[in-house]
Amino acid sequence: MAVTPIDHVAKATPPSVASKIRGLSDRTIAWLFVAPTIFLLLAVNIFPLIWTINLSFTNFRANRPNRDVDYIGLRNYERILTDGDIWLTMQATAHFLFWTIVLQVLIGFTLAWLINRKFKGNDLWTTLIVLPMMLSPAVVGNFWTFLYQPQIGLFNYGISFLTGVDPSSFQMIGDVALAPWSIVIVDTWMWTPFVMLICLAGLRSIPDYIYEAAEIDRASKWRQFWTITIPMVLPFLMLAVLFRGIENFKMFDLVVQLTGGGPGSVTELTSINLKREAFEKWRTGYASAYAIILFVTVFGLASIYVKALNKVKER
Amino acid sequence: MKTANLLAATALVAVGGLTASNAQAEDLTLCWAAWDPANALVELSKEFEAEYGHNMNFEFVPWPNFADRMLNELNSGGKLCDLLIGDSQWIGGGAENGHYVKLNEFFDKEGISMDDFAPATVYAYSTWPKGTPNYYALPAMGDANGWFYRKDWFEMPEIQAAFKEKHGRDLAPPKTQAELLEIAQFFQEREIDGQTRYGAAIFTERGSEGITMGATSSMYPFGFKYEMTPGKYDMEGAVNSPEAVAGLEFYKELYKTGTPPGYTDSYMEQSLDAFKSGQVAMAMNWFAFFPGLYADPDTGGDKIGFFVNPGQNVEASTLGGQGISVVAYSDKQDAALEYIKWFAQPSVQKKWWDLGGYSCHVSVLNDPSFPDSAPFASDFLLAMDNVKDFWQEPAYAELLLAMQKRLHDYVVADQGTAQEALDKLIEDWTETFEDEGKL
Repeated sequence: MAVTPIDHVAKATPPSVASKIRGLSDRTIAWLFVAPTIFLLLAVNIFPLIWTINLSFTNFRANRPNRDVDYIGLRNYERILTDGDIWLTMQATAHFLFWTIVLQVLIGFTLAWLINRKFKGNDLWTTLIVLPMMLSPAVVGNFWTFLYQPQIGLFNYGISFLTGVDPSSFQMIGDVALAPWSIVIVDTWMWTPFVMLICLAGLRSIPDYIYEAAEIDRASKWRQFWTITIPMVLPFLMLAVLFRGIENFKMFDLVVQLTGGGPGSVTELTSINLKREAFEKWRTGYASAYAIILFVTVFGLASIYVKALNKVKER
Repeated sequence: MKTANLLAATALVAVGGLTASNAQAEDLTLCWAAWDPANALVELSKEFEAEYGHNMNFEFVPWPNFADRMLNELNSGGKLCDLLIGDSQWIGGGAENGHYVKLNEFFDKEGISMDDFAPATVYAYSTWPKGTPNYYALPAMGDANGWFYRKDWFEMPEIQAAFKEKHGRDLAPPKTQAELLEIAQFFQEREIDGQTRYGAAIFTERGSEGITMGATSSMYPFGFKYEMTPGKYDMEGAVNSPEAVAGLEFYKELYKTGTPPGYTDSYMEQSLDAFKSGQVAMAMNWFAFFPGLYADPDTGGDKIGFFVNPGQNVEASTLGGQGISVVAYSDKQDAALEYIKWFAQPSVQKKWWDLGGYSCHVSVLNDPSFPDSAPFASDFLLAMDNVKDFWQEPAYAELLLAMQKRLHDYVVADQGTAQEALDKLIEDWTETFEDEGKL
């Protein structure tokens, strides 16, 4: 029998990987594929978490390598939960979180609803609206400090133009009453487009035939909005709220650039306060307990929220 | 003769080459804050490079991030810096945590005497525990918080007349804190050359050390102290004394009635900007900036004047300035020590002052020509005679952040009273010192 070129090629080809590992079960092969990810997850997430929990029961300070480390039980947790200043930062965070989410959802949904209506220049407007979220938070924080400047700031002049008040008569980032709103405004300006995009995806996922059926049933536009649009966009809206909630709970860079936590401590959000404790005061044990409390809070709230989201999706 | 000269030159080159090959040329990195004196040091260090053959690199960090960046570097045992011109308050942590090399043996070996440096600067920049002959730095840059003003505005006849009419005395640089406030309020929202001007640019920054450095410039002259008995941490009655409360209330009044609008988070840069842009009649800032201010073509020269921080109950200025230390984690400590040996020479110190650095060497400061060598030189001497510094404890960062919060809450955010702010500050500091095992 003559040897063909194909036989030569077949002989030169090494045995396949599959044949080499023949004998391993599917389950073992699956574990082999998943193992690197699990290892990385353990090394990067789980181990630091366990280590942080361990540190939270000590008086360890990372800048004092020579000092003895003592286990002090729940003393750090007790200190944090009874510290009035920390509750004030929690209040500042809650104010920021609540108002940014409310405003971003309302404005974001409205914009998405408007953009979803076909009109000339639709794509251009979409591009213009999403521009702010493409900027770096540090840059946004910096240039808004100029916009808020009482003597030369465009924001103050805009308000002056609309209301007639003297532009230098109010200080957005220097006034205790206005500073919390100044960070809400900037975050809303920057991240409303994100909510808008998610809402837009939701609106575009609603099949036209549902509206057509409603039209045939003579449902008014208002009724279509409340019985078709809102229920079908709701899971998307809730997802946007979840994303923005988690992001804003750990808000740091934008606010640091804008107000530095001031005036006084009225815009000192928990993440800024935590950073000061951990990397400026170097109270590592205390800061670890603080981080664990925040982690449990976010994790608990997010879990409840995700369950609610799943229920809405199942409807 | 020509041949002899040639031979001599060849011999010199050969000897020079031998000398250079004896010591290994190193790449040294010196870390400091990014500001005017740092540029002067770059210029000065060229002589060191030529003389010792080492190559100098510089890592300059803007002031608001300087402490954060450098303390992280030290705490992590980083090798970025071979030499560090660290803030005076870091000396305790630098010594106790083993970040700085102790220099006593080196000083003895090289004949460097701390008696050759101004005592206040040795105490503040070099010693730990405070005042003991344990040296961790060589005084490198003397500094204190001082003031500068628009001399041309002060000299305007109409301004002079208006001031005299209002206050019954001539308008001149203030001698007391009370006069300072009067002048600031006098200039506040005053029209000069068709523009609205303001009284004074002061420090109100929240993030790093600004408001503490600014407010203590008023609180020290009123009588603020850290302890009743030095070294005992007995703060009750010192930190919250009636004088300290009066000093803090004074600073708030100065902020509320004598500064430009929106001046809620300002430190060195903002003070310089406010002055150079013609916004304010007076500004506080570190003496380190004064050579640059005097040289400014728009607001320097004849238009600017300087004065030492005015006293009230006592004469006092807030200390700035730094010592130069060898970082314990450096692999090039020998070359770094050579830099310090070179820097300690009186001739180098003289040139340091000429270039815009503030020497702490007595041969420079006690030179009869020194007070007239610059328009701010005599004020610098006055300031350095009465300087007071913040805690220099290893826990200084924690102590400082507590004071930043309490002062900013009261002065800028208008929360509570001065008495409450200082009482809370004692609580914060007590907790820190208890954690430290010092109380």
